[in-house]
Amino acid sequence: MENGPKRQVELSCPLPLPATERILLAHGGGGRLMNQLLETIFLPAFANPALLARHDGALLNCEGTRLAMTTDSYVVHPLIFPGGTIGDLAVNGTVNDLAMCGARPLGLSAGFILEEGLELKTLRTVVESMREAARVAGVSVVTGDTKVVDKGKGDGIFINTSGVGVLETQQPIGPASIRSGDAVLISGDLGSHGIAILSVREGLEFEGAIKSDTASLWPPVRALIAAGVEIHCLRDLTRGGLASALNEVATAGGVGIAVDEAAIPTTEVVRGGCEIMGLDPLYVANEGRFVAFVPEREADRALTILREHSVSSGVVRIGGVVEGQPRIVTLRSRVGGNRVLDMLSGEPLPRIC
Amino acid sequence: MKFLEEYRDRQAVGQLAQAIRRIVTRPWTLMEVCGGQTHTIVKTGLQDLLPDTITLVHGPGCPVCVTPLETIDRAIAIASRREVIFCSFGDMLRVPGSSKCLFDAKAEGADVRIVYSPLDALQLARRHPDRQVVFFAVGFETTAPANAMAVWQAAREGVLNFSLLVSHVLVPPAMEAILNSPNCRVQAFLAAGHVCTVMGFEQYEPLSSRYHVPIVVTGFEPLDLLEGVQLAVAQLEDGRAQVENQYARAVRRSGNRPAQQRISEVFEIIPCTWRGIGEIPASGLRLRPAYRFFAAEERFHIHVEPVLESSECIAGLVLQGQRKPQDCPAFGTRCTPEMPLGAPMVSSEGACAAYYHYGKRTQEAGGTVVSITAAGH
Repeated sequence: MENGPKRQVELSCPLPLPATERILLAHGGGGRLMNQLLETIFLPAFANPALLARHDGALLNCEGTRLAMTTDSYVVHPLIFPGGTIGDLAVNGTVNDLAMCGARPLGLSAGFILEEGLELKTLRTVVESMREAARVAGVSVVTGDTKVVDKGKGDGIFINTSGVGVLETQQPIGPASIRSGDAVLISGDLGSHGIAILSVREGLEFEGAIKSDTASLWPPVRALIAAGVEIHCLRDLTRGGLASALNEVATAGGVGIAVDEAAIPTTEVVRGGCEIMGLDPLYVANEGRFVAFVPEREADRALTILREHSVSSGVVRIGGVVEGQPRIVTLRSRVGGNRVLDMLSGEPLPRIC
Repeated sequence: MKFLEEYRDRQAVGQLAQAIRRIVTRPWTLMEVCGGQTHTIVKTGLQDLLPDTITLVHGPGCPVCVTPLETIDRAIAIASRREVIFCSFGDMLRVPGSSKCLFDAKAEGADVRIVYSPLDALQLARRHPDRQVVFFAVGFETTAPANAMAVWQAAREGVLNFSLLVSHVLVPPAMEAILNSPNCRVQAFLAAGHVCTVMGFEQYEPLSSRYHVPIVVTGFEPLDLLEGVQLAVAQLEDGRAQVENQYARAVRRSGNRPAQQRISEVFEIIPCTWRGIGEIPASGLRLRPAYRFFAAEERFHIHVEPVLESSECIAGLVLQGQRKPQDCPAFGTRCTPEMPLGAPMVSSEGACAAYYHYGKRTQEAGGTVVSITAAGH
């Protein structure tokens, strides 16, 4: 066998360029590559205090009224999937980003990019699901835009929604408010959305009784605020799953988070789907779940209030904010060992065996 | 989930860890051969539960990690052809070749698709008779039967637009190569349960007696691994060296004979180069002459320049269990899962990636991880 430094590295060194000069799918995956994109391209270009807070929505002050503003684009395939459509996602996602700021949604915009040849029946189904999602959230779509692109230049429907909301609380809700000793709550079981989508994608042939968890998170958040619960931070779990959300919060707040794997709820269908596909439920996408950081003394009250709402009836406490490991998330595994819970790197890839 | 959660039970794991503590009197070094086992050990923090005197080193059983750079380059060159639909298991897509990975080729327009089985690729070939469908047949004995079956079916049905780019390696010759190394520190093996499900474990018996080394066929769940450790340590403490089967719920001594027959009908054994380790005699597979028509490297005459590995990457030593990932100066700094220098940082089965994702970071400077140690160390 050959070991050791036997050959010199020359031009064909496998060391990749410091950053790839093309966009990869993983740049949109909600993990580390996306963060690099934000830090190297978008944040330097648009730097301002509202953006640099890097919250789910930006906080604006309009002559004494505190507003939150957010935007999101939706490119999911298939357009209609078990438990939802690209339309509910587009409404719920933006409403949820506002809710995570503690903001009541005032109005949404909806921009549609439609591909030539799209069946009107599909569009009607999508728009109807948007109407219903907006009704549940108590918000109206107040402005919109439609463009059509050549066949092959889109994927049926792309939707962008933006939302403006008014802050319903004086508390600064965000990573900077997190304190050591805070309890970490999660609003329900993980991974249903991601597994529901994967189950119907071409080639997987994995179907089961599973539905996306897409839902509006404003009703439970409104209830917490109305009850006067002290809330330090809220974060909805989307791409990258719980692991990436916790890491983003730990980094932004400069705090350490420790969670207990055995306490994190997942359904048997999600666990089974993840086993088959070699994925980890902690990294699978959600569209109707959030994590809440509240002071220890408020934890029981928050759990009681959240349990009363169907979308957060499965709320549980999964861990806490700890000293001595700034910006690191650790996990006590199901069998009792400890490890780092890292952010998603690139796309989650199915393993060979 | 039945047949899974029983093997992840915290109480049973704790009791087994205690039982291991009771029998250990000396330091021992064990190698878990398969990357899937490494993944479980690091992901569940099993090393935390073992006595400090037991060192687990991580073996070469990660197919992504040992696939030569030139094979990756050949895959990228084939995938980049206009007529080709290139199919692969997911984690091969991010493995760096000499200048890019399959994901980069995809971003540049190549038709690269993730499939879960070579039979899915064969199905694509049936559906797209005007395209050339190539499956990247990577792996150990575990994936060989399905790959053999895909070629056998393609031949029987005359699906002539289907081909395999084969990079198959065999486990027992690699274990023997590790034992032959003058720097070998492995005192017992936890053999890869999946490989033995197909191949059985008769092949390990001469190895165990010739090198006087305990070999325990071991599964992939936390309890499996602890039981494998317990059996191996008991042998070492008693001075025994034999083959034992911890994974009896899946593995028989003779393995899966029909699968073995299909493999040997379609493939022949050849010497093979392992990335980071070098050439090992009789350690790889290629299509037999009767099936050579389905060999992608012959169908597409692609010349690939021999390429040099990063001199900094110590993947070869890591794969042989001579060094731990964090011994590498580039670990976690110049080499990360997003920008890997070597393949073990790419796959979730790779030892370096497992340590990177799940290890304990001990120090940070300005947000950059400067030092990482494995869980439990």
